[in-house]
Amino acid sequence: MNELIELFQYNFFLNAVGAAILASISCGIIGSYIVARRIVFISGGITHASFGGIGLAWYLGLNPVFGAAVFGVLSALGIEWISKKTDVRQDSVIGILWAFGMALGILFIYMTPGYAPNLMSFLFGNILTVGALDLYLLLGLCVFTIAVFFFLLRPILFVAFDEEFARTQKAPVQFLNYLLISLVALAIVLNIRVVGIILVISFLTIPQTIANMFTNSFKKMIFGSIAFGILGSFIGLLVSYRINAPSGATIIFSFVILFVIAKLVQLVMISVRRKNLA
Amino acid sequence: MKKILELKSLTAGYDEKIVLKGVNLVVKENDFLGIIGPNGGGKTTLLKVILGTIKPVEGEILPDGNDRCIIGYLPQINQIDNKFPIPVKEVVLSGLMSHKKIFGRYNSENKRRADELMTQMGIIHLKNKNIGELSGGQLQRVFLCRAIIADPKLLILDEPDTYVDSNFEGELYEILHHLNSHMAIIIVSHDVGTICSHVKSIACVNETLCYHDSNVISQEQLMAYNCPIDLITHGEVPHRVLKHHK
Repeated sequence: MNELIELFQYNFFLNAVGAAILASISCGIIGSYIVARRIVFISGGITHASFGGIGLAWYLGLNPVFGAAVFGVLSALGIEWISKKTDVRQDSVIGILWAFGMALGILFIYMTPGYAPNLMSFLFGNILTVGALDLYLLLGLCVFTIAVFFFLLRPILFVAFDEEFARTQKAPVQFLNYLLISLVALAIVLNIRVVGIILVISFLTIPQTIANMFTNSFKKMIFGSIAFGILGSFIGLLVSYRINAPSGATIIFSFVILFVIAKLVQLVMISVRRKNLA
Repeated sequence: MKKILELKSLTAGYDEKIVLKGVNLVVKENDFLGIIGPNGGGKTTLLKVILGTIKPVEGEILPDGNDRCIIGYLPQINQIDNKFPIPVKEVVLSGLMSHKKIFGRYNSENKRRADELMTQMGIIHLKNKNIGELSGGQLQRVFLCRAIIADPKLLILDEPDTYVDSNFEGELYEILHHLNSHMAIIIVSHDVGTICSHVKSIACVNETLCYHDSNVISQEQLMAYNCPIDLITHGEVPHRVLKHHK
């Protein structure tokens, strides 16, 4: 216990805790949208495409987060636009962007003279090296996301549920779709810092899937995923510190263990309910 | 009777492919129009043009754009993701989207109206259930509530009789007859036999639209309209729809 209190005196650990909470909030909200709308694969495409931006920014000597944001948002809007306006198959486009972004990123980092950054930290993230700028960006994202979902929850939900019907009701379908897919891209890019490119998708899907086991309400799903996100990332953070393992991996590990426990609890609940009925 | 919608020599399709040509149609208050035709003949395209989700290539629809009346729409049920986390009451409220600005809030009057409709349709006990827990017939009732909550002048139903039991089918037509006293109805169906005994007029859609101002139609007339559908329906006993079924 004393060891835990001691941990909180370190600045890097406080930053990590802050990042875990902010990541859980932003991913809890955006991830619920991703899971409900079944756009997990699109999100995977955006994630990997943004690596091209990281590489380019590194090559030009800019902040990698900035490059990733530009690439992420542009590829998100591109996927949305291409699948609406042309008859190219959406999943094929995502496949192309996915690989192209990664290739571009690796190429640029290779071409950058001098010190080559640790590729591992982009791919797997490191929550223990999160700085003040990252935290401010994450905080800004959280505030904006909460505002959007607070004021537009019903229209977002209705359009996501039945886009065709929403269009017949002259709802601003296109505006909402572009807004939401941009938010998805920003959430992904800013959270790459925390868990990395390869693992960020788990932050956007595992807590949501756990929450979805126990509720069918979109609103409750959001709160549930935030709670499970915070719980899982805290456990992961402590384990990471304890055994000196990469934090991204330990966080995802604790998510999956939570998922298995939740699944068992759900199965027990179902069988108890059946017994009561019989 | 007042015209509420008019299509004038309309051509419609997707990109290079023209699906419908030279369509003329007038929909008046209290019309009850059945749309029949072979698969791929353009029934869905016609609905999309009327609903405003695709723009016609040529021709015009009156009244134009924002002056067009509110249209209630019941989509094909298999286009719906029934695992989506949304409860029944919210689906019904989503029918009011056209009345709301983007930041519009849903007040207690809206919720009361939704409850009233769900009670009428006998699904009020499902109000808080997720749509994934419902049967096909219950889901159709939910979508019917959503389609009419905004009191539309025109109600469009796209194959409402698929995936439901014949019990519900009977009830559905009863509800539609009741609604027909204050709104025009357009219904698309594969089941020619059943819709013909309920609608007031028929439109055969196959590349173009042939209007038939009666609900009695013969095989010969269908051939003349270039609308190759067999009037044999599926039922307990195979039978043909007779010309006079009163």
